[in-house]
Amino acid sequence: MLATTTSTRDSGLLDTLVPLFRRQTGIDVKVIAVGTGAARAMAARGDADAVLVHAWESEKRYVASGDVRDGRLVMHNDFLLVGPPADPARVRGTRDVVAAMRAIARTGPFISRGDGSGTEQMERALWRLAGIDPTRVPGRDATGQGMGATLLVADQRRAYTLTDRATYLAFRERIRLVPVLEHDPHLLNVYHAYVVNPAKHRRAKATLARAWVSFLVAPATQDVIGAFGRARYGQALFVPDAGKTEAQLGLK
Amino acid sequence: MRDLLAAFARAFDLLASGDPALYTIMARTLVVSGAATLLALLAGVPIGYLLARRRFAGHTLLLGLVNTGMGLPPVVVGLFVWLVLARSGPLGDLDLIYTRRAMVLAQFIIALPLVVGFTVTSLRALPERLPDLLRTLGARRWRMLWLLAREARLGLLAAVMAGFGAVVSEVGASMTVGGNLERSTRVLTTAIVTETGRGDVPLALALGLILLVLAFAVNLVLTWAQTRGSR
Repeated sequence: MLATTTSTRDSGLLDTLVPLFRRQTGIDVKVIAVGTGAARAMAARGDADAVLVHAWESEKRYVASGDVRDGRLVMHNDFLLVGPPADPARVRGTRDVVAAMRAIARTGPFISRGDGSGTEQMERALWRLAGIDPTRVPGRDATGQGMGATLLVADQRRAYTLTDRATYLAFRERIRLVPVLEHDPHLLNVYHAYVVNPAKHRRAKATLARAWVSFLVAPATQDVIGAFGRARYGQALFVPDAGKTEAQLGLK
Repeated sequence: MRDLLAAFARAFDLLASGDPALYTIMARTLVVSGAATLLALLAGVPIGYLLARRRFAGHTLLLGLVNTGMGLPPVVVGLFVWLVLARSGPLGDLDLIYTRRAMVLAQFIIALPLVVGFTVTSLRALPERLPDLLRTLGARRWRMLWLLAREARLGLLAAVMAGFGAVVSEVGASMTVGGNLERSTRVLTTAIVTETGRGDVPLALALGLILLVLAFAVNLVLTWAQTRGSR
């Protein structure tokens, strides 16, 4: 049982990796796609065997509490700000995400995930960096749903939203939102895989979980991750990072 | 087990603390589902009357549709309404998607077959010749409809309860056409989904208990009306 973030499911990456893992090991993976908050909570309750998440700051706390262990850096992708083509906040063409958040805070509307996900945590961190109280942003609302549903709501509402690249590319054909700001170093989205600690949660199947995590960082799997999405979207959705250090990616 | 007890405690605390966010969601739930049920009643009772008392071309077909519709999957209704109301849909210019009105429309569609179905059953249970009798006593059309409704009130109140119960507890359509927006369209059921997704199971369960209490309170009032009227 793997608790993972919705972005890895919505982008289709796990639909590629899980069957591959099954062919190699005979182990079936039950994927529960939830926000990073819920994935962590599942780990903390011992309801999952392995987790794949992208909220580095809060991950450190769960390692410290002993709920998860053997964390491995797997891959990264990045977030981007998308918005209506009319771009009322005039963000398009700028490079600084903090300035962009300030501009959006003046015009709105902005649709947030509001589901405790890693994406929402990234959004909150950006508002913090911009020195803005998000509850005061005009037309800001929260869907409490996954990335795909939130993109659809933002599209219909002609609002800005923060999205991971993978889900945006998967939804690009269906929505009119366009990227208004990308490639700022603040917008990096780093995925770690963990084994739920069997010393703390007796029911956690640590052997199976370890096999899964080893599979994710194996060179062959990393090649698959690096190629994923090229054929369909013309660009890779994830950058494989096994063996790199957090510092190399600019994480503290 | 601890979570279950925690949920009861949390539900009680939430209600007692007068948490404004919670009471807003409760009021919104009542208003949206209440409006949908009321509209379904206004449209459904006359349709039910026609189906119970008249025979016309397509009568059996319509009745079959109603009976099927009583089990309409809310999420499918939601998808249909979404496609109609989305900006790219035929009614996109109305800008209704992700509003409470869109939710009322979807819930109305879910409740309508239930109200019609229950109305048909309750009117058919009345003596066959009752309308003739009322007519010979001098009752005109609207007066007669009113008198029949009074006679059939047990069944009609059951129709209200079934309709309200279905829409207040459904999540698929509300989520799809309402969008679960925190400030405008979040209702109890969609809030439960959100809190489950966040991993706050006790809060989700507490909201579930509050939903049950709300539905129970509404049904208690209706049941009271039912029994008081039949005395």
